[in-house]
Amino acid sequence: MPQRTMVEALNLALDESMDRDDAVCIMGEDVGINGGVFRVTKGLHEKYGERRVMDTPLAECGIIGTAVGMAINGLKPVTEIQFSGFTMQAFDQIEQNMARLHNRTMGRFPMRMVLRTPYGGGIRAVEHHSESRETYWAHTPGLKVVIPSGPRNARALLAAAIDDPDPVIFYEPKAVYRAFREDVPEERETMPIGTSQVVREGKDLTLISYGAMMRPAREAVEDLVDEHGIDVELIDLLTISPMDSETLCKSVAKTGRCVIVHEGHRTCGIASEIIARINEGAFEYLEAPIKRLTGYDIPFPYFQTEQYFLPDADDIIESVRETMAWE
Amino acid sequence: MDTTPIDLGHIEVLQILDEHAQLDEALDPGYAPEQLLRMHRGLVLTRAFDQRMLTMQRQGEMGTFAPNLGQEACQLGQVIPLTRDDWYSPSYRSFGAQIWRGWSMERLFKLWSGYHEGFPPPPDVNDLPFSIVIGSHVLPAVGVAMGMRYRNEPHCMVVNYGDGASSQGAVSEAMNFAAVNKAPVVFVCENNGWAISTPLGKQSATSNLAVRGIGFGVPTIRVDGNDILAMTTAVEQAANRARNGEGPMLIEAITYRMSLHTTADDPTVYRSQELVDPWEARCPIVRFETYLQRKGILDAEDAERVRAECDAEVIAARDRFRTDAVARPREIFDHIYGELPAELEAQKQAYLDRLDRKGVE
Repeated sequence: MPQRTMVEALNLALDESMDRDDAVCIMGEDVGINGGVFRVTKGLHEKYGERRVMDTPLAECGIIGTAVGMAINGLKPVTEIQFSGFTMQAFDQIEQNMARLHNRTMGRFPMRMVLRTPYGGGIRAVEHHSESRETYWAHTPGLKVVIPSGPRNARALLAAAIDDPDPVIFYEPKAVYRAFREDVPEERETMPIGTSQVVREGKDLTLISYGAMMRPAREAVEDLVDEHGIDVELIDLLTISPMDSETLCKSVAKTGRCVIVHEGHRTCGIASEIIARINEGAFEYLEAPIKRLTGYDIPFPYFQTEQYFLPDADDIIESVRETMAWE
Repeated sequence: MDTTPIDLGHIEVLQILDEHAQLDEALDPGYAPEQLLRMHRGLVLTRAFDQRMLTMQRQGEMGTFAPNLGQEACQLGQVIPLTRDDWYSPSYRSFGAQIWRGWSMERLFKLWSGYHEGFPPPPDVNDLPFSIVIGSHVLPAVGVAMGMRYRNEPHCMVVNYGDGASSQGAVSEAMNFAAVNKAPVVFVCENNGWAISTPLGKQSATSNLAVRGIGFGVPTIRVDGNDILAMTTAVEQAANRARNGEGPMLIEAITYRMSLHTTADDPTVYRSQELVDPWEARCPIVRFETYLQRKGILDAEDAERVRAECDAEVIAARDRFRTDAVARPREIFDHIYGELPAELEAQKQAYLDRLDRKGVE
């Protein structure tokens, strides 16, 4: 099986979706000849031409707004917003049209479209290039929010997002883009949206994370199992919205303890929602308070200090051990 | 020595039927009498609907809505040249155009009295729903037109917005996207002089919104929006241009909001009647009727008969609306996603149980 980076895996998903369906098109800033600033759309302009791979004017609101119209007209636009920090420019069109047109028109104009965008810290970037504001979209009815963690699930989930009848916000962990390679099969592969994955089964504690934070989480789990004898069950959320409460609650009902890790801000962050769902679905099994390890409620710091803002494996180990020690 | 004048650019203007209903014969589009009468009936029906809506709103039967008194010609002129394959993207004040396009009046009554089923465009009508947030429909309208180009379809999109919307960044973005993509779209900036209480002079430092097009490379024309012949002529030319792959065009239509911004508005707070009076004399319906009477295809009796017929048509639609409109609280979870996610299914069940407890059908 060929080894691919996440960038190559995403490129593969786009290529095969475009190959299968003429209605799939790409829109964004510098996605054409340049292949996108992270090269996710590399080679597609050459292969499919400028009709299907469109370099747009520099206006995020314009990209999403016109893509909404393309979707009304039966096309399946896959838009790229260069950095998730710039999606705020498009908030208007996401909230007013992308998320609501299906409902407004009672299903006459379903929004088959994807907004792809790199999110998260760790690449020593300037301001507005490191945010994790997935909460905004999870809070918006009508959208789906997907965040892969590695090359293989990134490819399978992007293919599924393009096929999905609903509008999908697809956050790509840019710290993972070229961080490692993984087996990604040649043949087309999809994964269901709305389903989380138990990456490692365990009986002592449920560790929930997603996206770029899955790397330190895996590292921590290895250490916790080997060095501390804690049998951690690790869950990769994969879809933020709609959230797979069943998998989360089932796991916590088994382990009784839970730690949640994400780099997004704490207040009203995704961990808050997970805790609420576990409270509703597995409260009677809890043996310790659920702990959340998140970004602080401050703007993402300038990059000389970003490593202190982001949770790392040591922080996760500490949080898990604290939660295990709670009586 | 080269003495060719410098090209300073200029804005084309168009008026065919002047304020005194005098026809500029060189510009006469030459419509057949039955077409002219159909247009007349459309204008009268638009006003009859507007007046009935206002009455119903004042009686508590209708929600807040935006009357379109005085803008009837401007609205109908935008859509009369369109075919069923062309698209139209209305604003919330566009119901005259919507009726012409095939929205039933019952549907519009439902829309404005808070029934969701009134909002989607009818299945056989290529229209967008309007957006409540000013100007936010213009980018999607351009996107639909980009989709036509993608599929190589020889149709066009006409998108309507107002002088207030022209201040929204998204409207400028839309014009730029359309120009760069040569999208087959006709922008109709329906300049009625007012955005609620904000007059054009506070909306823009230029009194001329047509110039906006030039900056984006979009050809523009200013049209007397109360002259239905000028409106149809301008839109027809712009639509043909768009259908032929020549790209977008901007039409600034000058008209006036004679009535309220919405039924929740009191214009006496911010504008004097003296500003409105000159526009009484520019009434698009009176102007067109005078022309048709001079032309000998409509007399005063005919005009009265058309008014009575239109009123009756509106009343009949209102009666059907009163019988048909049923609130469906059990359906508010429908049409959110292709398939309802588990959490929402659970919320829906809890909501339905709650309705049961309250005894709501």
